[in-house]
Amino acid sequence: MTQHSHDSVFVRTVDAETLPPPQNQSGIRGWLWRNLFYSVMDYSSVGASVRSLAMLFFTVLVSYVGITQLWYLLDFVFLSAVWSDPTGIKREACWTVSQGGTLPDDWHAACWPFVFAKLKFLAYGPYPMDELWRVNVTGLLGLAGIFWLLIEALPFRRLVGVLMLTAYPVIALILLTGGASDANYVNSGAYILVGLALITVGRLGQRGLLGVLASDFASIIGFVGWSLIVYQVLMLIFSVDVGLEPVGTGDWGGLLITLVVAVTGIVVSLPLGVVLALGRRSNMPVARLLCTIFIEFWRGVPLISVLFMASVMIPLFLPEGVNFDKLMRALIGVMLFSAAYMAEVVRGGLQAIDKGQYEAAEAMGLTYWQSMRQIILPQALTHVIPGIVNTFIGLFKDTTLVSIIGLFDLLGAGKSAIADASWSSPVQAISIYLFVAFIFFVFCFGMSRYSIFMENKLSKSRSH
Amino acid sequence: MVIEDEVMISMQAVNKWYGDFHVLKDINLTVNKGERIVVCGPSGSGKSTLIRCLNRLEEHQAGTIKVQGIEINNDLKNIDEIRREVGMVFQHFNLFPHLTILENCTLAPIWVRKTPKAEAEAIAMKYLERVKIPEQAHKYPGQLSGGQQQRVAIARSLCMEPKLMLFDMEPKLMLFDEPTSALDPEMIKEVLDTMVSLAEDGMSMICVTHEMGFARKVANRVIFMDEGQIVEQNEPEEFFQNPQSDRTKLFLSQILGH
Repeated sequence: MTQHSHDSVFVRTVDAETLPPPQNQSGIRGWLWRNLFYSVMDYSSVGASVRSLAMLFFTVLVSYVGITQLWYLLDFVFLSAVWSDPTGIKREACWTVSQGGTLPDDWHAACWPFVFAKLKFLAYGPYPMDELWRVNVTGLLGLAGIFWLLIEALPFRRLVGVLMLTAYPVIALILLTGGASDANYVNSGAYILVGLALITVGRLGQRGLLGVLASDFASIIGFVGWSLIVYQVLMLIFSVDVGLEPVGTGDWGGLLITLVVAVTGIVVSLPLGVVLALGRRSNMPVARLLCTIFIEFWRGVPLISVLFMASVMIPLFLPEGVNFDKLMRALIGVMLFSAAYMAEVVRGGLQAIDKGQYEAAEAMGLTYWQSMRQIILPQALTHVIPGIVNTFIGLFKDTTLVSIIGLFDLLGAGKSAIADASWSSPVQAISIYLFVAFIFFVFCFGMSRYSIFMENKLSKSRSH
Repeated sequence: MVIEDEVMISMQAVNKWYGDFHVLKDINLTVNKGERIVVCGPSGSGKSTLIRCLNRLEEHQAGTIKVQGIEINNDLKNIDEIRREVGMVFQHFNLFPHLTILENCTLAPIWVRKTPKAEAEAIAMKYLERVKIPEQAHKYPGQLSGGQQQRVAIARSLCMEPKLMLFDMEPKLMLFDEPTSALDPEMIKEVLDTMVSLAEDGMSMICVTHEMGFARKVANRVIFMDEGQIVEQNEPEEFFQNPQSDRTKLFLSQILGH
């Protein structure tokens, strides 16, 4: 029963009915209507008709182009591609009749036997065949650790996290390089003693027993002491001979190098970036100045020139005879470079936090680091997950630049595989590049999807 | 009941500048334990700045401020001690959106007072019951109405007890910075009722507000500020019936007139 609400005096006595929406607004028909047909069905006036016809034309054009290109790609990659080389004729398996092979003259598709033959090289580079198990173990261990961290239901996640950041890199390095590096025990012993002395000074300074020394400065001294000791202990661990064949980093290549550089860069750049961002926003002028200089310097030069400088200049600063591993140089360059980028992404997130959050934390008596850890950073980092993952994905692809300093990453391995004359054919290059692109896509899209997953999970828990 | 001989806050010749702008001029104010003060005045008069100086959210450049005998200066230990004794409730609540209501309330006891988690949760539930929303403990701030959020904010400041006993000592002083200004009218009453009940339990409070009904009901003194200075202060009835200064009269006519 309708009641007229346009009289000047009105009191509703019967509630209005709750009805379902009209038919063509809901369900599949509604979706189709709104998204596909609406723009081409309006012929009510000349202007509307022109618009509708134009939309119809473009829809047909785009569909045609899209579908034909997709078909062409599928044909190239799957349907017409050569998949096996049973008689071992190598490159001739992918030749047309006029080139000397068996395929029809208009054939133009992928040559997969070539890619399959190069798989080991693409994945491991020139790593010795007998020792590949070590790379596989490292990879599986890493995957298991990551998997453990990602599944909420599993126990001891915090312990696993700590182990992954501390024990795993050490184990990985020993497994991959074979350990047994040279150790100067006298040197190490001396450094450890110095470290202990610094820690003691730091502790005393923090307790106010050294008068003049300010508490913050004392903690820095203690920190330096700890770093020295940790470094020396690591050097000693690496010098232990566990009976593995040594494989220098010059023999690594392919996906192994790409993952080592990318994972190290990613894992280091986030915490370092957070510290830099906090430093840039700090009230202490020295911290702010140093962090700003760091960030602007590393952002001001291209990654290629950073790698060049790392590769060429670092050896100039080292004493005679000390040889800094080439991969290590690239890693340091990549870590510092991506930390600078990450710092700005994180700073954006910090700026987006309402000032009231900082004030409420302060008014409650939380210290600077407590409020950062409990209140500000969880919110800031959640806000900029898209930016953070974006930086990670960019970093992953930027690792291809290490080829400039003579390291063989995945792309570099692909390029050198093309130089193999026994597989030479017109589709040799494109086959391997398609495969390399596919591998990159799997990793980058995987990170992208994980980012969406994290965003959804975090927004659900905040119910905003 | 006002305890005359126990001074909660003492502000003497306090001045503050934002750059060149003189925002607090010669503030002299004494607040005793158990007193409830309402501070009112037009926008920009420095009311919020005044109370934010009491827990060092703002720094004053001249004069002395003492809270419970502890002087507010650059000594971090003093500031920490004061912040433990003084609770603050903000106009925009400032709850932490990524934590549940219970976690919001237990944060300070756990991290500042080092209270064990179970005990902190018991304290938090006690105060959530005090503000009459214990059933919301596991929700997130975004799921609550404005009035409920503000009451959680009040409970959160109450949770910063200085001692481990559950029945003793809430923070001695509560500062309210326009607590109901961001609320829809139908929610204002529930927050004011909570504040009235706190006042009746003997909490000292300084409240910046435009709610004159609240001032009449609860305040021992009403202070009128304009352009950075305290223009007039008096008991509520006298203040509203017989304003002495012309500026006070003008202000009252504006807010009580409609």
